[in-house]
Amino acid sequence: MRPWLTQLLQLALVLVLAPWLTGLTRTFKSRLMRRVGPPPLQPYRDLVKLLRKETVVADNASWLFRAAPYLIFAVTWVAAALVPTFCTGLTFSAAADLIVIVALLGTARFFLALAGLDVGTSFGGIGASREMMFASLAEPAMLMVVFTVSLFAGSTQLSYVSAYMLSTHAGLSISLALALVALIIVSLAENARIPVDNPATHLELTMVHEAMVLEYSGRHLALIEAAASLKLLLYLSLIACVFTPWGTAEVDAGAWAYGLGLAAYLLKLIAGASLLAVSETATAKMRVFRVPEFLGVALMLGLLGAILLFVSRLS
Amino acid sequence: MRLAEALVFASRNVSELSAAGVALLFALSAGATALARHFLITRSIYTACALACSALAALGMCALIAPPVPPVTVSLPIGLPFAHTLLGVDALSAVFLIIVNLTSAIVSAGAIGYGVHAREPQRVVPFYPAFIGAMNLVVIAQDAFSFLLGWELMSLTSWALVVSDDRSADNRRAGIVYLIMATGGALALLLAFGVLAGAHGGYSFAQMRAATALAPAAIVLILTLIGAGSKAGLVPLHAWLPLAHPAAPSHVSALMSGVMTKVAVYGFVRIVFDLAGPPRLWWSTPVLIAAGITALLGVLQALMEHDLKRLLAYHTVENIGIVFIGLGLALAFRAAAMPIAAALAFIAAIFHVFNHSLFKSLLFLGSGAILNASGERDMEHLGGLIHRMPVTAVAFLVGCIAISALPPFNGFVSEWLTFQAILLSPQLPEWFLRLLVPAVGATLACSAALAAACFVKAFGVTFLGRPRTPAALAARETDRFSQVAMLLFATLCLLAGVVPGFIMDALARTSQLLLGARLAPQATQPWLRIAPIEPTRGVYNGLLVFVMIALAAVATALIARRIAAHASRRVPAWDCGFPDPSPVAQYSATSFAQPIRRVFGTALFRVRERVSMPSPGDTTAAALEVELHDTVWETFYAPVIRAVGTLADRLTRLQFLTIRKYLMLVFATLILLLAVIGLSRS
Repeated sequence: MRPWLTQLLQLALVLVLAPWLTGLTRTFKSRLMRRVGPPPLQPYRDLVKLLRKETVVADNASWLFRAAPYLIFAVTWVAAALVPTFCTGLTFSAAADLIVIVALLGTARFFLALAGLDVGTSFGGIGASREMMFASLAEPAMLMVVFTVSLFAGSTQLSYVSAYMLSTHAGLSISLALALVALIIVSLAENARIPVDNPATHLELTMVHEAMVLEYSGRHLALIEAAASLKLLLYLSLIACVFTPWGTAEVDAGAWAYGLGLAAYLLKLIAGASLLAVSETATAKMRVFRVPEFLGVALMLGLLGAILLFVSRLS
Repeated sequence: MRLAEALVFASRNVSELSAAGVALLFALSAGATALARHFLITRSIYTACALACSALAALGMCALIAPPVPPVTVSLPIGLPFAHTLLGVDALSAVFLIIVNLTSAIVSAGAIGYGVHAREPQRVVPFYPAFIGAMNLVVIAQDAFSFLLGWELMSLTSWALVVSDDRSADNRRAGIVYLIMATGGALALLLAFGVLAGAHGGYSFAQMRAATALAPAAIVLILTLIGAGSKAGLVPLHAWLPLAHPAAPSHVSALMSGVMTKVAVYGFVRIVFDLAGPPRLWWSTPVLIAAGITALLGVLQALMEHDLKRLLAYHTVENIGIVFIGLGLALAFRAAAMPIAAALAFIAAIFHVFNHSLFKSLLFLGSGAILNASGERDMEHLGGLIHRMPVTAVAFLVGCIAISALPPFNGFVSEWLTFQAILLSPQLPEWFLRLLVPAVGATLACSAALAAACFVKAFGVTFLGRPRTPAALAARETDRFSQVAMLLFATLCLLAGVVPGFIMDALARTSQLLLGARLAPQATQPWLRIAPIEPTRGVYNGLLVFVMIALAAVATALIARRIAAHASRRVPAWDCGFPDPSPVAQYSATSFAQPIRRVFGTALFRVRERVSMPSPGDTTAAALEVELHDTVWETFYAPVIRAVGTLADRLTRLQFLTIRKYLMLVFATLILLLAVIGLSRS
């Protein structure tokens, strides 16, 4: 297949799969708690419902409040489309590397926090303030993971990283293990999952992400929910692409390879969702000021992984 | 044909023409001193400055695109009796000529409208063109004397601008601190040039380059770090900067933060990369350590701040740290004989210099617009300005995104290049550097994330939410000239972010001159992407990222319009059913920074928060007191000031002696000196 065609497929695929992944996690979680829970397709119904609803905007909201959902969704979508899912060799992967993907998520977060502040309510402020505090530790931790991975593979391009991990050169490495732990911690924090934040609750004084988006409704809320789903998909795809790249189709592979890649990708997503559900069921939410320590662990692990690689290169 | 001839003429006579430009700026100053009382004169002075700076920037571009072969240096028969004044424009000077004058031109154009708001323009206008002229003089100087002359003129004129409003005690204090620090810095540079020139050497840069083998380079490096670093704002020599930059009128603040710190970077690059000869490997260590601390401390200090202009000044400190991280890496790579990596780190640093001059000037002009509109610099008294100052809000938002290093704007490109340079450093031969560089990388990543938090605070508290005071409610959009200037800066921020390849190519000649290596040409890469080392290592295409985001956003908006319900309603804010009637109850700058203050500030600034909550039934107001310590000031400066004070007190006694005691003192001094001479003879 041509690279631009796979890129278009990928753009559509992440959009279609993202709500399903969120729904799947919720279903797994309810089953683990011995509830029936909603079906995995429930998020699609929620999105449709939100799109059909009237949009209620606060009196003093500015244009930024109304533009932010579109920007956040667009930026997250572009970022999610840059991570190889079922095949490598995407057209846009020649436009942006891992650092850019991290920074794009930063742009989305920047606008989300601004939108939280726009109406001038206490909940928006508390959410934005705490989100930026978490990010001030999560983003450097993520960049340290990027450092480790790219030093290991000799490139910041995800396609090359994935190909390198598949090749025989890559062995087990302490740095990679440290990076994986750091990446998992960062993913939990960035996606507002337990133990950092609780995605299932409104009206809790410790909420962060939900507090920022409290004033949104209707189509705006639909876009923000979709962006959150895309972000979860992005992080799972990223972990899958770097640490479990098996099955991913190469550039210009045949239809069989693509089908196999897609099946492998779906399996990885299901595995990721079930692991996430297990971890969320087994752990409790932290106090807000325990989170910096949690993320500090990620930062230190990432830094340690990078330093080990820096020091062990003797050439 | 005409254009080509003009280009050839300009590039052949670039030194003479830029000298003429500097002379013109000084002449403008003299003219303004005579007749600055009328506002029409004020306007025409600023207009003339804008034109002169545009011409100088164009000259810089000529010199960079079509350099004169062989390089021309003008020798003017003025200055010291035994030496001529040498002026010239090489590839390094040309780059900084562009940076200095592009920003100055746009700021001056904005000042045509802004300067009129000043209460007493005659306190500002006479020094303004001379300030720009002095910065230009530093950049085109080719000998130590004219360099230092320009440097001191730059310090003095900017000092005069800092104390132009001397009614406030804060400004007077800022002026004194600035003057002392500037004197110390210039002294360090004077000594550095003295060491470079040697006992018999000449003071022209060409002679110094020839004599470098003799100079003790370590002393030169340390003296330059002190001299140029104090002007640029390296921690712990930055203490004057957050006092002085905000004290000046806002368009001058824009120049001081956006341009003058860059002239200091130029001084560092000129001495350490050009004049001091081949670097040793350990040189990069002090530079990288100072740079890392500067980047982190600058942004954390900015987060603690709620005065908008001081916040911006602290961010200048942070960005100077980022620039020096690039320069330190370039030194390390150069010493380790990795020329391509050195060129990459160097270009990242200079690119960041260019970017910072754009967005910092934009942000300072924005803060000036806010100051004019509301009379407030304190963010806690602002809010909701996006409704009242829409154009300023858009431009300021672009500046905030750019300085937070978010794609697709320019700040991200230079940080991306710095990260790419860091990723090349495992090949450095020294183990200590291999430990230091990832730590510096983590510092850089932290400071970028904290900068984003800080600018969410700056924009959110100032422009979003509800107005906190009547002054913020009454604010009106700023004048047309300032608007155009800010929008120009914003456009340049976007352009430099989406087509960075051209700027990197423009810097190739400079890296060739100083490091003997250049990166592969970037503008010829497919799809205008940049791939500094090779396409398999790391690629960024700002244009494509920008287009993709724009397309995705527009497509989403169109689809949402088609399929989503159109009904929309304006209602009071929801806020979980508890909307605060009072806008004062909104999140403020201090409360926004509270989590970060608690996480980072407890150790660094010895933050203490005291809550006094009245018991139920008591009607007194609850209070939260935040106590912050400026650790750097208290560790490095306060003891010195105390010592000077104590010494001065002790020495006061000398002023009240009898004539007998004075004569005895004179006699004792004479004996002492004779003894010294006698001992040194024998």
